[in-house]
Amino acid sequence: MTDATIMYPRKPKRIKGRSIAVLVFLTMAALFFCVPLYVLIVTSFKEMDQIREGAMFSLPTTWTLEPWRFAWFEACSGLNCSGLRAGFWNSVVILVPSLIASIALSIVTGYALALWDVKWAGPFLFLLFLCAFVPFQIIMYPLIRLTVTMGIYGSITAIAFVHSVLAMPILTLIFRNYYKDIPPELIKAAIMDSGSFWRIFVEIILPMSGNILIVVLILQITSIWNDYLIGVTFGGLGTKPMTVHLANMVTVSTGTISYNVNMAAALLTAIPPLVIYFVLGKFFVQGIAAGAIKG
Amino acid sequence: MPSVSFEYIVKRFGAITVLDGLNLAVEDGDFLVLLGPSGCGKTTLLNLLAGLLDVSSGRIMIGDRDVTELDPKDRDLAMVFQSYALYPTKTVEGNLRFGLSARKLPKAEADQRVQWASELLQLTPLMRRKPSELSGGQRQRVAIGRALVKHADVLLFDEPLSNLDAKLRTEMRMEIKKLHETLKPTVVYVTHDQIEAMTLATKIAVMNKGEIQQFGTPDQVYEHPETLFVASFIGSPAMNLINGQFTVTDGGPGVVFADQTRIDLTEYTFASLPRDGDAIAVGMRPEHFVHDPVEALPGHTAFDLTVGMVERTGSDALISLDFADDQLFVRAEPDRAAKTRPGDRVQVHYPTAKLNLFDAKKGRRL
Repeated sequence: MTDATIMYPRKPKRIKGRSIAVLVFLTMAALFFCVPLYVLIVTSFKEMDQIREGAMFSLPTTWTLEPWRFAWFEACSGLNCSGLRAGFWNSVVILVPSLIASIALSIVTGYALALWDVKWAGPFLFLLFLCAFVPFQIIMYPLIRLTVTMGIYGSITAIAFVHSVLAMPILTLIFRNYYKDIPPELIKAAIMDSGSFWRIFVEIILPMSGNILIVVLILQITSIWNDYLIGVTFGGLGTKPMTVHLANMVTVSTGTISYNVNMAAALLTAIPPLVIYFVLGKFFVQGIAAGAIKG
Repeated sequence: MPSVSFEYIVKRFGAITVLDGLNLAVEDGDFLVLLGPSGCGKTTLLNLLAGLLDVSSGRIMIGDRDVTELDPKDRDLAMVFQSYALYPTKTVEGNLRFGLSARKLPKAEADQRVQWASELLQLTPLMRRKPSELSGGQRQRVAIGRALVKHADVLLFDEPLSNLDAKLRTEMRMEIKKLHETLKPTVVYVTHDQIEAMTLATKIAVMNKGEIQQFGTPDQVYEHPETLFVASFIGSPAMNLINGQFTVTDGGPGVVFADQTRIDLTEYTFASLPRDGDAIAVGMRPEHFVHDPVEALPGHTAFDLTVGMVERTGSDALISLDFADDQLFVRAEPDRAAKTRPGDRVQVHYPTAKLNLFDAKKGRRL
């Protein structure tokens, strides 16, 4: 190996001006995201006395967990002063059925559209594609009327229903495109072997869907957890998600603004999606990269 | 094991008619090979039989059952696909069992069938593996096993060997032939490989452009091609097809080629006699030529021609001879070919009875 290196020496690589520019740009972009996050984190551990001094970027002189405790147990959202806890559990209770309903609805629709001979499948897909671009605000009022008529307005059911409806176009397209890559002969073989729509789905297709399910799971958990508008418009008084509690806490608090408590509350609200990213992130990349299914 | 028949099958995809009034019937226990070039409609025909496509009109019968309107799973068929189409998340055993899932079988019966297939195809040591852990030949055996466990009346094969390498293909061909001889199912087998067709089939249907060109035993198709297409498609090296003009003289019927050589056709059995002056094509199989006869052979036509090229193909050699502005390919023993140089004159004789004459315009056998 050394001989070969001597025979054909390579020119040492030099850092070019262009790569320096790219590095500078990337560093700035990273700072753009990191600096506010840094301020958020350090402030949440400071005492109010230090915050009033105004040095935003300084580290806490005395580290304290009090703002975190207060945000979780005692902070007031409106008249209710039991902290973010209630909102957290509401969010969990909203998340689970919304997640199941939206994924179940769109995975089956995507499977049918991709692998079965569905009449008007083309126009239907086009319609779904259009629907994916309709902003929620436009159909918010009709949806409220609809849920009122259905008698579910102001309940978890209504929130899960609206999440499923809104997520369906884009999720169906994602599943459908994923299943389109399954070799047609595989589904032909399954049709000849079993012929049952549900049996083929459960026994053959679902076990092949691991990667894409993780992608969709992450997308949906993030979007349902971070949702504010659906929660605030369709949820009843007792079913407000964490984001709504957070917003109430931050905007309506009387007296001095407890920056440290607000920051801690914001971080608490953001932690669950972050955990999901860290746990499932590896599979997320695999899922996006794995287009074809090899037999 | 029932017979299979297609009656007046029409299949259109939008404005394109792929099959137009096709009729075909095979007997119980036959091994039917649908042979033809890509796009000839053979796979479409198989999919119609399987129920994976719907006929535009016509009727498909299996035994005395009309299956035209039945769902694929109710037709009592099993199919082996070109890409094997094994279920990637299931084990070999799971793959075999899923084939039985539409049939509400008692567990003991299902177990017994899976075991029977795994022993027959030597899959027993592989039962716990996933398809991705199998070689091509093993996957192919699993695919066949999945079809066999169903005990279906009719087995369908869609180019099952085309993804295997040459050696494995020969082995699997023998295995399929053995399976057919032991189990005697009715088989419909699609391929574009004429060697597979010749070795496996009891009946071959040669297809081109959605039409059945010829239907018969491998021998009939090879020795008595009914059309120019069949003559040129079947056989490797291909049949020599030389254009000439039909003439009737005092000596009887004959054909005159571009260089005015004449072959006497008195001993050829005409199916229909052409008119004097008609353009015809003369087909001669490269392996029917006789080299350097000591004396003139009765019933043979003698040629004295110049060698153009000599090609060694392995077990055989091909000599091309300049004839009537064209090339005549002649099979030769390698030893004989080694002594031949381009430019030599050679003597070859062809048996007149083994000539194949075609109407050059209509493409039909004469």
